[in-house]
Amino acid sequence: MASISGLALKRPSVIPGFGLALGFALTYLGLIVLIPLGAMVVKAASLGLPGFWDIVSSPRTLAALRLSFLTALFAASINAVFGVVIAWVLVRYRFPGKRLLDAFVDLPFALPTAVAGIALTAIYAPNGWIGGWLAPLGIKVAYTPLGILIALIFIGLPFVVRTVQPVLEEFDREIEEAAATLGARRAQTISRVILPALMPAILTGFALALARAVGEYGSVIFIAGNIPYVSEIAPLLIVIRLEEFGYAEATAIGTAMLLISFGMLLLVHLVQAWRRRRFGND
Amino acid sequence: MNKHLRIITTAAAFSLTAAAIPAFADTTLLNASYDPTRELYKQVNAAFAKDWKEKTGETVTIEQSHGGSGKQARAVIDGLKADVVTLALEGDIDNIAKSGLIAENWRSRLPDASSPYASTIVFLVRKGNPKAIKDWDDLAKDGVEVITPNPKTSGGARWNYLAAWAYADQKYGHDEEKNKEFVKKLYKNVPVLDTGARGSTTTFVQRGIGDVLLAWENEAFLALNELGEDQFEIVVPSLSIKAEPPVAVVDKNVDAKGTRKVAEAYLKFLYQPEIQKAIAKNYYRPAEPDYADAKDLARFPDVQLVTVDDPLFGGWKQAQPKHFADGAIFDQIYQPASTN
Repeated sequence: MASISGLALKRPSVIPGFGLALGFALTYLGLIVLIPLGAMVVKAASLGLPGFWDIVSSPRTLAALRLSFLTALFAASINAVFGVVIAWVLVRYRFPGKRLLDAFVDLPFALPTAVAGIALTAIYAPNGWIGGWLAPLGIKVAYTPLGILIALIFIGLPFVVRTVQPVLEEFDREIEEAAATLGARRAQTISRVILPALMPAILTGFALALARAVGEYGSVIFIAGNIPYVSEIAPLLIVIRLEEFGYAEATAIGTAMLLISFGMLLLVHLVQAWRRRRFGND
Repeated sequence: MNKHLRIITTAAAFSLTAAAIPAFADTTLLNASYDPTRELYKQVNAAFAKDWKEKTGETVTIEQSHGGSGKQARAVIDGLKADVVTLALEGDIDNIAKSGLIAENWRSRLPDASSPYASTIVFLVRKGNPKAIKDWDDLAKDGVEVITPNPKTSGGARWNYLAAWAYADQKYGHDEEKNKEFVKKLYKNVPVLDTGARGSTTTFVQRGIGDVLLAWENEAFLALNELGEDQFEIVVPSLSIKAEPPVAVVDKNVDAKGTRKVAEAYLKFLYQPEIQKAIAKNYYRPAEPDYADAKDLARFPDVQLVTVDDPLFGGWKQAQPKHFADGAIFDQIYQPASTN
């Protein structure tokens, strides 16, 4: 019966009217998300399947899609690791300036992305503060895919920190102590006790950072260099098609990105669901 | 009713109507332009508002909207209620005309093919010209870094590209394959393709990338003014292109808003002696040089100028699809098979 009551539509709630709330939710999502996306898919569909495929499978589009999705995956993975470390430091230690550090994490959210892009480019350009040190070593950051990666790490950082942080705060320290008294080594405590508990939050943060990075335009465009086949991201290719008044072509690339993103997010959800079945609810 | 209140309401009603009467005569024009014309149109607008007030007693306010030329054209097509467009490329206005907002014959409605000013493409190099860049040849040499925006996203960049093409055409005696080869070599030397002209200027000037910046003549002069002549110098190639940014009234919009008379007067005003003089002061080459100050004109170097209407290009209607359309010559430059 538990599963049935979980599915039951009418449950007592402090917010009145399930019908009203659901109706609102559907209308709102429809207006804000589904109709615009639907319009895009319809426009792309005007090309017909062969036309759509021609554009999406052209080497230039494929190169841009590969660059966008690979750098986004890399950036989200790096954020997943270091975001957890930052969340850990913020939750587990007390030190002067902690509040300030905590506030810094949200800056990439607040900053207009174009400003972030210009600032990053200025710093990583061969005559910039950091770029100036790297240039003599033969490391080029700005105007290469490496620059894109750094921009994507920057804009994706808050997602992992902010999803992991509350879970860590809830996490009982005594469980770690219990593991230690039972003879677990530190590495074992991390891999067997802490990480599994954090995993859903990390995966959620990873998925959010990934989704954000794939569609990012403003911060990337200044640092990318935008050379076709080398550092041209898919969103720029969409803008280029628009500059050519190729609305249908632009929406075709957009639709392809939407499909790939949807597939990747679905995969993350499946991993989460599998984990829940495997390790139980957490 | 309280007597005071009545007086106040009457006074309020009166002042409202009083305010409404001149407001009725007020007109607002929106000029959708491209990036580097910001400073020029600030002067034009002030002068026109004054002139119009003297002639008709009406107050006219002109709002400016600036951005990439293609982006502005798209905004107008998508519903930006611009009364006039003053863009970088004929093709951008043609695209608006295609959507039915502007009459097809717009080019012939104003003098000089609707281009009240022109400019050309020159090189901005670092002080002392360390790579000894003198002409287009030098840009295709190994080890020279050239900064120019992406012709797919920037109107100015298309002029840069065509200028290089025109030079190659003269040098190689109209051999199209060799022209292609030349332009390809030049673009292999481009380390960053910014999306707009101002972005390229930033890359060259602030980030210190590149040996030479391909720039509008007026932008190059502005850059020298702003940044000081101790850092950069202008190099004028032996041949360049005459870039003629056109202007047009957006017919559908002015008819809907009832602003046709003012909008047409505004564009005609650009050809007035006073404005032609200001155009030359702002480093644009005036369509009617007779009206400009001799000392302003003297700043423009003598250079052989080809135009996009020359048989070599056959006008934008031919040049656009041949060079910049999807899969056209510019795209071929970056095909992977040709990267080595």
